[in-house]
Amino acid sequence: MTALSDSLMLAAPELWLAVSALVLLLVGVFQGDRSYSTISWACVAVMVTAAALVANGASGIGFNGLFIVDAYAQFLKVVILAGSAATLIIAEPQVRRLGIARFEFPIVVLIATLGMLMMVSAGDLLSLYLGLELQSLSLYVLAAFHRDNARSTEAGLKYFVLGALSSGLLLYGVSLVYGFAGSTDFLRLQGVLVAEQAPSVGILFGLVFVMSGLVFKIAAVPFHMWTPDVYEGAPTPVTAFFAAAPKVAAMGLLVRVLSDAFPGLAEQWRQIIIVASVGSMALGAIAAINQQNIKRLLAYSSIGHVGYALLGVAAGTEAGIESVLVYMAIYMATTIGGFLCVMAMQRGGQAVEAIDDLAGLARRQPCIAFALAMIMFSMAGIPLLIGFVGKLFVFQAAIAAGLVIPAVLGVLASVIAAYYYLRIVKVMYFDEPAPAFDDMAHAPSSMVLALSAAFASPLGYLAIGPLAAAAALAAKSLLG
Amino acid sequence: MDNFPILTALILLPLVGAAWILLVPGGTEVARAHNARMTALLTSLLVFALAVVLWLNFDNGNGGFQSIEKHDLFGPYFSYHLGIDGIALVLIALTAFLMPLCVIASWDSIQTRVCEYMAAFLFMEALMIGVFASLDMMLFYIFFEGGLIPMYLIIGIWGGKRRIYASFKFFLYTLLGSVLMLLAMLYMINTAGTTSIPELLAYDFDKDVQTWLWLAFFASFAVKVPMWPVHTWLPDAHVEAPTAGSVVLAGVMLKMGGYGFLRFSLPMFPDASHELAGLVFALSMIAVVYTSLVALVQEDMKKLIAYSSVAHMAFVTAGLFAFNSQGIEGAIFVMLSHGVVSAALFLCVGVVYDRMHTREIAKYGGLVNRMPAYSLVFMVFTMASIGLPGTSGFVGEFLVMVGAYKASTWLVFVIATGVILGAAYMLWLYRKVVFGELTRHDLQSILDLTWKEKVVFAPMLLLVFWMGIYPNSFLDPLRAPVAKLVSQLERAPQQTADAR
Repeated sequence: MTALSDSLMLAAPELWLAVSALVLLLVGVFQGDRSYSTISWACVAVMVTAAALVANGASGIGFNGLFIVDAYAQFLKVVILAGSAATLIIAEPQVRRLGIARFEFPIVVLIATLGMLMMVSAGDLLSLYLGLELQSLSLYVLAAFHRDNARSTEAGLKYFVLGALSSGLLLYGVSLVYGFAGSTDFLRLQGVLVAEQAPSVGILFGLVFVMSGLVFKIAAVPFHMWTPDVYEGAPTPVTAFFAAAPKVAAMGLLVRVLSDAFPGLAEQWRQIIIVASVGSMALGAIAAINQQNIKRLLAYSSIGHVGYALLGVAAGTEAGIESVLVYMAIYMATTIGGFLCVMAMQRGGQAVEAIDDLAGLARRQPCIAFALAMIMFSMAGIPLLIGFVGKLFVFQAAIAAGLVIPAVLGVLASVIAAYYYLRIVKVMYFDEPAPAFDDMAHAPSSMVLALSAAFASPLGYLAIGPLAAAAALAAKSLLG
Repeated sequence: MDNFPILTALILLPLVGAAWILLVPGGTEVARAHNARMTALLTSLLVFALAVVLWLNFDNGNGGFQSIEKHDLFGPYFSYHLGIDGIALVLIALTAFLMPLCVIASWDSIQTRVCEYMAAFLFMEALMIGVFASLDMMLFYIFFEGGLIPMYLIIGIWGGKRRIYASFKFFLYTLLGSVLMLLAMLYMINTAGTTSIPELLAYDFDKDVQTWLWLAFFASFAVKVPMWPVHTWLPDAHVEAPTAGSVVLAGVMLKMGGYGFLRFSLPMFPDASHELAGLVFALSMIAVVYTSLVALVQEDMKKLIAYSSVAHMAFVTAGLFAFNSQGIEGAIFVMLSHGVVSAALFLCVGVVYDRMHTREIAKYGGLVNRMPAYSLVFMVFTMASIGLPGTSGFVGEFLVMVGAYKASTWLVFVIATGVILGAAYMLWLYRKVVFGELTRHDLQSILDLTWKEKVVFAPMLLLVFWMGIYPNSFLDPLRAPVAKLVSQLERAPQQTADAR
């Protein structure tokens, strides 16, 4: 009995989220859509308290190995909760404008967040699958949330069909691994694989299928095709959410599976990760050049960013995992700010999404232009801005692990990518002004944008010390 | 005075000025613009005063680093570590000297988005001083690359017709070179386990690795200097940049490349430097002759001066890789002299451009009839650019040739022809623009220098003659660090010989 209560204590933040989601759902059913604001802010409060619970919680292994809480999981959970809360806060004005301010929206986001927390705590291929599916199903619903809109529905359907396919691949891989190794528990798998001299073909097949499923979720090459379409079609607040927390969660899950369950097969999975990484960096850099729609551009940019993070995964060392965590945290914070600027692109109540609509923004709305410029320079990885630190950590880890050629390809891709980030700055600062956008009359959004831009700016360097220290602790707990 | 963090003050002061300009509202557009100009001028003058104080307190006899400040602001990964030696000192002083002049030169010629313009310049000043003052390799890189952002904006917003092409070319070219340097730096950090430049200077890198590291650093510095054949961004950037942008670009930014060679390539990879000196000499020789010939056929005044910059910077690289104290001191002196002279020449072009809005040489002629003061000023800087004895240009070029002669007679033969060609294109430019009959109608009413322009040129004239007549004031702080560098370089081939 004590074992169960201990396990429940470990899962306290998740339980809190689950119970709150159900209670808020009840409230919503009775109050109807007018309660959107209340429920949305309540969800934010739930996430904040959950983050506090995570930060102060104990670590350990619960539910007979299904559920792991360590510094690694705690780091990722705090990042994920922060990302989800921020996207909920900034979603409100746009969601109202699109007429999709139904009370389910924040609750589905909350449930997706619950799924993400379970993903990063997964200690078994089965709990991994449960968390992943809880998250994915919520995301499919969110993509199609603007249900009267053909593009949104299309995005939701596309995402669902491809997502289901990838889940199928993942499950098939899990069954192969179970069949050949005799367990789904990460730690036992680790033991079996280390004991075996040469890994059997069946396990390798299983590993490849499991990785395919996960690579789909982080949208890395070659399973990236859904990203631009889904990002473009989904309502912008949903896109902002997709690009932020779920990416972090899926990346965290991938790292956990590879380094907890399959460290014995590092030689094998490293090759796959390097190919995915270099491919993503190159595709993210080249395919984005000709995009005219800013959401599609950010979609390709996110593929590129995942590629850089994967380079840290490929390093496989403690420094590598630390760099992935730092990179993803920085990526998430700046991405939210970037999408917030996209949400601010409205004229006369209509959203505009072409890059040319940003023309001359620096003269009409200097604050938004400045914030977006900071974020773009940061994403390009120009020194002085925080994005550089992420790239720095990743490349340093890669070089220390001897991955010199992927690192060279990576920096070259970053130069190519700098072109399209600079293009956005050019459009905003060098071109003749287009008509102004509507005022961003939503104080919390402005606050989030200011925070994100300040983090992207040189001020963010002051946060490197604590951030990297926490990430180092997390990486140590995962490998140690 | 001893504990005052003067280098931090030098970096922070322009930043405070920039923040003040951007954040303090000042009523009307005109009032804000005026505030911006005044703030920028005051801030840059204050920075210059601080730089003078820094120089006066500098200990010339000490070849190591001085005014050291160190704080762990960024966790254990890299540190905020500042300090200067004589080489950094003179370059910081050059930066601080040019910046107020840039502000005055832009006083009337920039009328749009004045606040952003002045803030960008102050921001850039902070970064440039940061480059020269950094004693941490990552910090150096951050300042080094960060300077791209304000320059990109300055060219792109206030530039000429092809400004967008030029700004992208400038940014991407420089970035491409630098990312390779970044990888080399990361490798060095992994091997040596430190980011501190003084510690890295003491570390012996493996000889085989040195070559690769040297090449990666070379990719960055060669673009920045710029050396032939990666110089093509420079004419575009210069032609499109506003006058003050060209001044900063030619005056300070190009020197970052030379400084990089002095701080990293030569002392940290001495074996590779010896091995690859031939490459640098070859590129320098080509640059001197080729770009001088290209300069001869230019129709645009700014482009001509830009190509002459490439030729002058080839003197710098040739002098640096001569590995003796004359060559290296001469190279640094050429950097200083070129920093003042080319900046002044760009300002001279700016003077007539502001009046006639063209830089085409054929559109001018006979200016001496209407603009005697301008003609005098232009002549002094033309002579200084050619390297006439008594001006700053002579000292540096002479020292470089003495140094280069010790390294290779061929080298000195070729770069000496560069001096002749330099005289050819500069005198040709001067004759076309200033002498002859004043035939064109639109030039009949052109006005001579205004008092603001005279204020800008006066200190530059003074400095050109000071450097030419009594160069010791500027060579003294260089002697100790250069001697140290030369001894490091001389030890390297001996060690290699011993190892064999």
